[in-house]
Amino acid sequence: MRFTGALTSPRMRQILTPSGALVDEAPMDDALASRLYRAMVFARTYDRKSMALQKQGRLATYAPFEGQEAAQAGSAAALEVDDWMVGTYRDAAAMWMQAYPMELLFAGRTGHEHGGRVPEHVNVLPPSITVGGHMVHAVGLAWAERLQGSSRIALTYFGDGATSEGDFHEAMNMAAVQKVGTVFVCQNNGWAISLPTAEQTATETIAEKAIAYGMPGVRVDGNDVFAVYAATREAVGRARSGEGPTLIEAVTYRMGPHTTADDPGRYRSEADREEWVRRDPIERLRVYLSERGRWDEDWQMRIEEQASSEVERAIVLAESLRAPEPEEMFGAMFAEIPPHLAEQLAEAKAAP
Amino acid sequence: MPTLPIWKALHMPEMMRYAQAVNHALRLLMSADERVFMAGEDIGVYGGAFGVTDGLLDTFGERRVRDTPISEEVIAGLAVGAAITGMRPIVEMQFADFVVNAMDPIVNQAAKLHFMYGGNVEVPMVIRLPGGGGTGAAAQHSQSLEAWFAHVPGLKVVAPATAQDAHDLLIASVADPNPVMVFEHKLLYKEEGPVEVRHTTEPVVQLGEAIVRRSGDDLTIVAYSIMTVRALEAAERLEDSGISAEVVDLRSLRPLDIETVRASVRRTGRLLVTHEAPAAVGVGAEVVAGVVESDALDHLLAPVSRVCGLPIPMPYAKALETATIPQVDDVERAAKELMNA
Repeated sequence: MRFTGALTSPRMRQILTPSGALVDEAPMDDALASRLYRAMVFARTYDRKSMALQKQGRLATYAPFEGQEAAQAGSAAALEVDDWMVGTYRDAAAMWMQAYPMELLFAGRTGHEHGGRVPEHVNVLPPSITVGGHMVHAVGLAWAERLQGSSRIALTYFGDGATSEGDFHEAMNMAAVQKVGTVFVCQNNGWAISLPTAEQTATETIAEKAIAYGMPGVRVDGNDVFAVYAATREAVGRARSGEGPTLIEAVTYRMGPHTTADDPGRYRSEADREEWVRRDPIERLRVYLSERGRWDEDWQMRIEEQASSEVERAIVLAESLRAPEPEEMFGAMFAEIPPHLAEQLAEAKAAP
Repeated sequence: MPTLPIWKALHMPEMMRYAQAVNHALRLLMSADERVFMAGEDIGVYGGAFGVTDGLLDTFGERRVRDTPISEEVIAGLAVGAAITGMRPIVEMQFADFVVNAMDPIVNQAAKLHFMYGGNVEVPMVIRLPGGGGTGAAAQHSQSLEAWFAHVPGLKVVAPATAQDAHDLLIASVADPNPVMVFEHKLLYKEEGPVEVRHTTEPVVQLGEAIVRRSGDDLTIVAYSIMTVRALEAAERLEDSGISAEVVDLRSLRPLDIETVRASVRRTGRLLVTHEAPAAVGVGAEVVAGVVESDALDHLLAPVSRVCGLPIPMPYAKALETATIPQVDDVERAAKELMNA
């Protein structure tokens, strides 16, 4: 059966309003909601610490995700631990939730290639630095899993800007026509460096692009962890049962700069950002949990301490990695060291 | 209108950064010719990822300075289409590395349409590409891909080393009726140099003209882009060691001014070629071949030498990045070895 979508822009689904009120049925129990709250606190701690470390010169260029914690946590939580995740340089929260070690996230940002050495049994690819190039990989990962008779699926993250790349079209089309088990999660954070989404695409939403590919397109409040979780769980179910891919547009906002090398004051107003402070993804879940008697100051303090010490542990570990030696550059080029690199290696070792 | 006294009319070079020199050239080209327009990622409001297009949106408006979606293929492709109609597009790849998304419109279209349309159509387009390493931008934002394009019949490729050349070669590239790839170097953007700002779009330098940056008798160092700067510094040091090095800056890789190189080698008898891109199948190999295919071969007193980037992706770690890119020391050492060969 073919998916036939309506030719209208999908409305944005919301379950938990910015003030923390439920407008639909909660898709999870309080235990999972508390877990996700804590995960988002960890993520924000990691993100803010990274910004600070970059300013101290201890990390290289960093792309912050503050404001997008729910979009990442809600979607990552809907995966099985061995499902594939393929994200970008702004998806550290999601990667960490899918078991990518925090110390490797830090190591990668110090410039240590060790940061990209994914531990065995972690099915997360290191962050994609090019825009959109990794979406096609997600199609291949899910395709291979199906060939091998497994029910693992692949979820890929990308931004509003990536939808303008050719890779988006080819990945979406191939996945849909071959019914590959891929979940496409667009974190529409409003800005691709200096270009606002309205100048990125003429469609009202990103989600409606799914119609042309023959797959469902869902638009959710990306700062509502419940809405993101519910939509992703549904998409993961479709993917796992062989019904094919889904496009999810999580509407969110990049609270910080594009990267530490950027100055958003050159292209957007502070008023815009203020508006999004009110829609904070963590605060609304805090209000919700508090009203259900699942949040208090003590617990907040405890999880903030846990978050700080986990982040500290990861930094210490990342910074204790031995600085890479020139010789190591040659070892990771091909499966074996070919003669021309063996020669270079010998020269490097002999160099003064 | 009063006539300017000669001492005021004669232009003085001013010190400016390489990026500013490109900006000045863009201003001149845009002012002089309504057919010139620009498109690229973050080139308007933001002024370009490296500030090169700063202020151009204010001056020329968004009809002619257009911020685009993140779509390199169509950025290059629209330039092909516009050029065919007689416009003079100058489009930007935000980083030279992103050009890999735009290979079809450049390699299969721009380079070939003049030929395939029997000479009836010209494709006068310019693509600006900030390339090179040394900025800590890692494997996918640091490459030197110029040799790929120099290999394709139908494309011209330039790689300016100085602020003046960045200014003049852009003017010459826009004047050229063929597609031209202009490889600017990200590390050079902040480098200051004297620039005589041009006031007409008549090219002062032609594409395919190398320049001898420094004269010498003992060996010829051939370089382009940032390696010209490093080669000149190495030549200074070599002089202290009693070695007189000539430095030839290719400026243009296609067409390639091999005659200037041959003439130099005939005098010095030694050839060292250096570029940041890896040696294998690179511009250096082409230069060496061009020399040994001529009688300059008979003047060689020693085997030729190449000092190039290591054949690995650009590492993110600073120390490894530095080790991957040829430095002044490397050029100096190779030159000394060549003298002892």
